[in-house]
Amino acid sequence: MSAPATPFGRFWAEFRENRVALVALGVVVAMIGLALFAPLISPQDPYDLATLSLLDARRPPGFVGSGGYTHLLGTDPQGRDLLSAIFHGLRISIQIGLAAGAVALSVGTTLGILAAYLGGRLEAVIMRIVDLQLSFPAILLALVLVALLGQGKAQLIGALVAAQYAYFARTAYGAATAERRKDYIEAALATPLSGRRVVLRHLLPNCMPPLIVVATVQIANSISLEATLSFLGLGLPVTEPSLGMLIANGFRYMMSGRYWISVYPGIALIILIVAINIVGDQIRDQFNPRLRK
Amino acid sequence: MLGFVIQRLLQAALVMAAMSVIVFCGVYAIGNPVDIVIPPDATQEIRAETIARLGLDRPLWEQYAIFVGNLLEGDFGRSFVYNIPVLDLIGGRLPATLELVLISVITATVLGVTLGIYAGYRPESPVARAIMALSVLGFSVPSFWVGLILILTFAVSLGWLPAGGRGETLSVLGIEWSFLTRDGLGHIVLPAVNLALFKLAMMIRLARAGTREIMLTDTIKFARAAGISEGVILRRHVLKLISIPIITVFGLELGSTLAFAVVTETIFSWPGVGKLIIDSIGVLDRPVMVAYLILTAFLFVTINFTVDLVFALIDPRIRSGARA
Amino acid sequence: MTGPEVLRVEGLRTHFETRAGVVKAVDGVSFSLARGEIVGLVGESGSGKTVTGFSLLGLVDRPGRIVEGSIRLNGRELVGLPQRELRRLRGREIAMIFQDPIATLNPMLTIGQQMRMAIEAHERVSARAAAARSVDLLTRVGIPSAPARLNAYPHEFSGGMRQRVAIAIALLHGPGVIVADEPTTALDVSIQAQILTAMRDLAREMGTAMIWISHDLAVVSSLASRLLVMYAGRVVEDGPTAAVLRDPRHPYTRALIGSLPATARPGAPLVQIPGAPPSLMALPPGCAFAPRCPRAAAVCGTQPALERHGARGWRCFRPVGVDAEAGV
Repeated sequence: MSAPATPFGRFWAEFRENRVALVALGVVVAMIGLALFAPLISPQDPYDLATLSLLDARRPPGFVGSGGYTHLLGTDPQGRDLLSAIFHGLRISIQIGLAAGAVALSVGTTLGILAAYLGGRLEAVIMRIVDLQLSFPAILLALVLVALLGQGKAQLIGALVAAQYAYFARTAYGAATAERRKDYIEAALATPLSGRRVVLRHLLPNCMPPLIVVATVQIANSISLEATLSFLGLGLPVTEPSLGMLIANGFRYMMSGRYWISVYPGIALIILIVAINIVGDQIRDQFNPRLRK
Repeated sequence: MLGFVIQRLLQAALVMAAMSVIVFCGVYAIGNPVDIVIPPDATQEIRAETIARLGLDRPLWEQYAIFVGNLLEGDFGRSFVYNIPVLDLIGGRLPATLELVLISVITATVLGVTLGIYAGYRPESPVARAIMALSVLGFSVPSFWVGLILILTFAVSLGWLPAGGRGETLSVLGIEWSFLTRDGLGHIVLPAVNLALFKLAMMIRLARAGTREIMLTDTIKFARAAGISEGVILRRHVLKLISIPIITVFGLELGSTLAFAVVTETIFSWPGVGKLIIDSIGVLDRPVMVAYLILTAFLFVTINFTVDLVFALIDPRIRSGARA
Repeated sequence: MTGPEVLRVEGLRTHFETRAGVVKAVDGVSFSLARGEIVGLVGESGSGKTVTGFSLLGLVDRPGRIVEGSIRLNGRELVGLPQRELRRLRGREIAMIFQDPIATLNPMLTIGQQMRMAIEAHERVSARAAAARSVDLLTRVGIPSAPARLNAYPHEFSGGMRQRVAIAIALLHGPGVIVADEPTTALDVSIQAQILTAMRDLAREMGTAMIWISHDLAVVSSLASRLLVMYAGRVVEDGPTAAVLRDPRHPYTRALIGSLPATARPGAPLVQIPGAPPSLMALPPGCAFAPRCPRAAAVCGTQPALERHGARGWRCFRPVGVDAEAGV
């Protein structure tokens, strides 16, 4: 069998060899699909208050509700079908995770590469701030920001970005500094190409591998962090329940045996996060030159 | 060495100063600093009087000076909710948090490093693979979820351990410790396990990665060539060489653990500082929030400083100022 | 031969079984070593010389292993010995020095601590006895103010001094054989000469036999009384140093000598050996050097055996300077 020609092809061939990672990737794709099509495939619209009936509240899995269909996973304290709520919650969680990750990636990478490229005083100042922020735990920062800025989607994403951009900045800076010293960049800078062009076409692509690894980890972290904040009551407003909020809603019912209200959304959350992390692990192992003997 | 210590102390002081400025500015950015001192439902008279008394109508830098002056004296104001000085409030809840965090962190590090070294020494063994798989879980699963499962399993289903609260305490050195009593121990197990899990997973992965790398170096080959036994190699070479990354992460994660204590304390109704801050955010008890911020910053600076110091003690290259 | 035999290697084969194929790093190496003798093991990178060295100490990492052959140290067979037994011999009867001393010494332990660990690997001694012995050895390898240096850390020494420390550690138990893997390659040229002299004198003093592994023919030839030239995992020529250098028989040896700046005429371009060494996973069926050999012929399609001619040997059907019918 001939080796695939493109770097991506080689990467994919090796990725496929690890069956666990492959399964995890499949799970992630499936969940994204569920999230995307949530409004279409949910048996019930959890936001439409008209369809909800308190008579259906806190019913165990398998209960046939007043809507006529079976609540596969039971209902929550408001009478919502848990399965539908989970689909929608997944949607929100993934939305926030991806948004926060993407923005943090952009902001952090820009800062890191800028610092590496500009050098001198600016570099020192930027990296000092980034370092300081890195030593500050994300959850604390997010906590404080949400407390100060209030609740809402934008504020939440903002808080998440503030808590995480530093990882991207550090990684981009490290990669850019290492690349900058390499000869091919010196050569490129000697040509009439503008500095910006050199950065975009030469420096950036070679910094991508470690950034991709950090991105997968950080997306999982964003989802986890958002869930934690929602659980603590500091996340999104109650009208748009993410998985964390669903879990929080069901927390007080756990003692009385109505565990499904918290447990099922929790399982969905775990599967999502663990799958993303496994994929991220595999990507990181493949990019790590030191483990390639 | 002394020069090193002084340099680090100065840096720490600088950071604290910067933090105080940031918090101060943050207060102004949010709204009227009066709201930090008096509850929102106070009358106009009280507002005006407080503004005058505290000099909030004076120029900015004067106010900052007063602010810092108060801080240095330990005056953080009074809590809106409890109406006692914030410092007393936090001080009363601190031992509970400290106890929880210390037990978690020590357990996690000792256990994690041991398991991690084993996993790195024999990476292909089934035990090592199992350890790594579990560490992925400990790493990625949000801690509040773990807490939930712990409560569900041990408190609700099995009924072995209590689901929340702090047990009986024993007073040692004037402070109340709960793990010294049997009841207290039962109450601290679940929250400590919950809090330790993340750090445990990190330590395992770190120790494993470090051990794997180190085992491939010439240092180990040379030691083996001299006939040194594997046990001595692990204890004296590997352990020393991974201590630097471990301590770095330990320091960083100590802060993170303190932060996550917030979640654990909420789930297990542990009467510590973490729960206090969540409740305070909920009711907008601003003096407590400000105090928490400042104290947290102070704690972080102290932790970083201590970690740097420990580095210097451990790595002879840093001590003599040579490049590591 | 200058004394009784301390090491005899016969038909050593060390292979690495990787996912991509079997790498025959060492493919049939035989030689012997007498007490006090210094033998040079020369070859390019990838020739198998380092793996040979590791094989002698049983330090071949997975997925490599010794698949065939015999290594007799003072009459005792090493191949097949469990690690527990090998560990008892390592450091005590056979020791190894590596290329880069900054990598072989633990930067976080003092020299004294590391020497003590090496001593305690085989004997139970008091701290004072260990220190005394360490000081003695450090002085012998030429490190000044040895007692004070015991408490120093590796980064406080210069490159040459660090290597001397490594040599001292290797000599702690007075082993009969020392395998030195490129010990001077990482050092300045001026320091190289010092280390070379020091090692030669010590070997003579303590009667230690040495296998000096190097890619640098010039360095080795000043020290070794016998040379072993390796190519693609096999010994292609061996013999007394002077004879091999003056009158090389194997075309590879000849090319190697010819490519030395020292033997070139001033101003003349350096001679290069065309082509590249073969992949150790896919060795040609016959002589491994044939694809690059200027003297290759049809007969070179089959594997030549190592022919012995007195004190010399070569693995070639068409050796240089030898009449097809006559002998040496």
